[in-house]
Amino acid sequence: MIKLRGICRDYEVGDETVHALDHIELDIAAGEYISIMGPSGSGKSTLLNILGLLDKPTAGIYELDGSDVSDLPDDHLAQVRRQKIGFIFQSFHLVSRLTAHENVELPMLLMGTNKKERRQRAEEVLDSVGLRSRLDHRPDQLSGGERQRVAIARAIVMRPSFLLADEPTGNLDSKSGGEIISIVEDLNSQGIGLVVVTHDPDLGDRARRHLRMVDGRIHSDNPRKSA
Amino acid sequence: MKVLDTALFASQALRRAPMRTSMMLLAIAIGVAAVVTLTGVGEAARRFVSAEFASLGTNSLIVLPGKADTSGSGLTGMLIGETARDLTLDDVIAIARNPRITRVAPVVVGAGNASWRSRSREVTVIGTSADMREIQRWELQAGRFLPQLDLDVASPVCVVGSIIAEEVINSNRVVGEWLRIGDVRCRVLGVMAQGGISGAFNLDESVFLPVANAQQLFNSPGVFRIIVETRERADMDPIRRYIVDTVRERHQGVEDITVITQDAVLSTFDSIFGVITMALAGIAAISLLVAGVLIMNVMLVAVSQRTSEIGLLKAIGATHNQIVAIFLTEAAWLAALGAACGLGVGYTVSYGLGVAYPILDFRAPVWASAAAVAIALISGVVFGLAPARRAAKLDPVFALTR
Repeated sequence: MIKLRGICRDYEVGDETVHALDHIELDIAAGEYISIMGPSGSGKSTLLNILGLLDKPTAGIYELDGSDVSDLPDDHLAQVRRQKIGFIFQSFHLVSRLTAHENVELPMLLMGTNKKERRQRAEEVLDSVGLRSRLDHRPDQLSGGERQRVAIARAIVMRPSFLLADEPTGNLDSKSGGEIISIVEDLNSQGIGLVVVTHDPDLGDRARRHLRMVDGRIHSDNPRKSA
Repeated sequence: MKVLDTALFASQALRRAPMRTSMMLLAIAIGVAAVVTLTGVGEAARRFVSAEFASLGTNSLIVLPGKADTSGSGLTGMLIGETARDLTLDDVIAIARNPRITRVAPVVVGAGNASWRSRSREVTVIGTSADMREIQRWELQAGRFLPQLDLDVASPVCVVGSIIAEEVINSNRVVGEWLRIGDVRCRVLGVMAQGGISGAFNLDESVFLPVANAQQLFNSPGVFRIIVETRERADMDPIRRYIVDTVRERHQGVEDITVITQDAVLSTFDSIFGVITMALAGIAAISLLVAGVLIMNVMLVAVSQRTSEIGLLKAIGATHNQIVAIFLTEAAWLAALGAACGLGVGYTVSYGLGVAYPILDFRAPVWASAAAVAIALISGVVFGLAPARRAAKLDPVFALTR
């Protein structure tokens, strides 16, 4: 459950103030599937960073699952991120020296989960994204689609409430991209909220709710046109 | 995040950058090895000099004529033979009466001419007693040393240094030959072992006579110095007072002698070499600080190379302290491994030096090894702190775009 009220994010560029986000009002229910689209510089990535608690709003109130997180200290935000939010990046962001299961174990490592449980849960989620046979491969031994699946496994291993995906298929061919989309949509159908930022209209249209951003504002907020 | 997990995560990062890691290990290892080796060299010099002086015996006292004070004719004056009043053989005999004194060796030194048949040579003539050999632990290569005689009894015998034996007495049997010293003939009883040096005198070029003979030869009743050996170390202080009192009584109440202990000489040398060792250790420790600065530089590079990894760790919930811990642990690993390698190299080099120069003992003192390791660890952690904090302070949004 996400509630944004009057969220602004200003950047100082030289003498000018750029309003990357301008009084955003947004409610996202648990388990929703939302796409955020819009031209470059419209603020969609900034909105995703705010939603993911990587960035702090300049003004406004952000409530996550009923508690105000807009003014928490950094270390609290890190804990909230760890437990409630999973990130999927365009460039995967795997740690190249670690194997697939070690990458998936990272969030649990930070939690202090013991080794045996880490290993077991990492294997479970890697299995669920179809990488049973790739546990001990390092990223440079995996294809792009496989890397993104490792990244998805890492994002869901802590059982977050929301998955935030920034151009998740941007670096993939259409076949691998399609596989990735079906994996995250499958996760969404199991109840995990899904927010996808994309330029790709085909991908954006698949979501049940479409946000369109222009100049830091939400220009339109429509349910999917029933096809 | 558990401590062990942090350590493993950090060590994995180091193993995956073997070039960077080995260069840093090398820098730290050189620093630690330098401390270990240089302090070992300093200690070797100290031990060598101490041992040379200790060969005189640690419970020996040296009695010099004249009083050491701050006037012009101080200790230096005495050492060059400028005396207020001579010590005599009677003084020596009086001192020797104390039962706590086991050996007494008066020493008379002068130059003389030694001749055998047509050969002759200018030699150092040392007049002393049989006890001298015991006190100084002199070795002989042939025959025996001077006999036990009453100090005031002259006897026509002598012992010669190795060079005299080879160059003056051109005979295949030196012991038993008659050698002429000045215009007195004496029978050679023994030949000293090679290589002895006592104070300023080269024993190889000396001839030893009973002290009474030497006094006759130089026509002087004075004694250059007296070496006294006590029964036990604990006797040193009472015996020192006893000697001062005895001689003062005999010299009409004038205290005109100086008694120095072997300890005083030794501790002077100890402190000189202690300072040298500390200086060497200090120089070497600077290289450890340099290694620390290198750690900082390389860790800063590592932080900027791994910016996106740091961004990711933040995105998946790493706190400020966890990031600091990860990078600090890397620095600590480097320092600890480097220190271990350095100890190994240092001890190996010391051992090698010991094999090359067996008379010296190059073992580094434990304090130096401990200090080297401690400095390596501290500089690793202190200099690792700035890069670790920089990593932890990175803005995750910025870091993820790298």
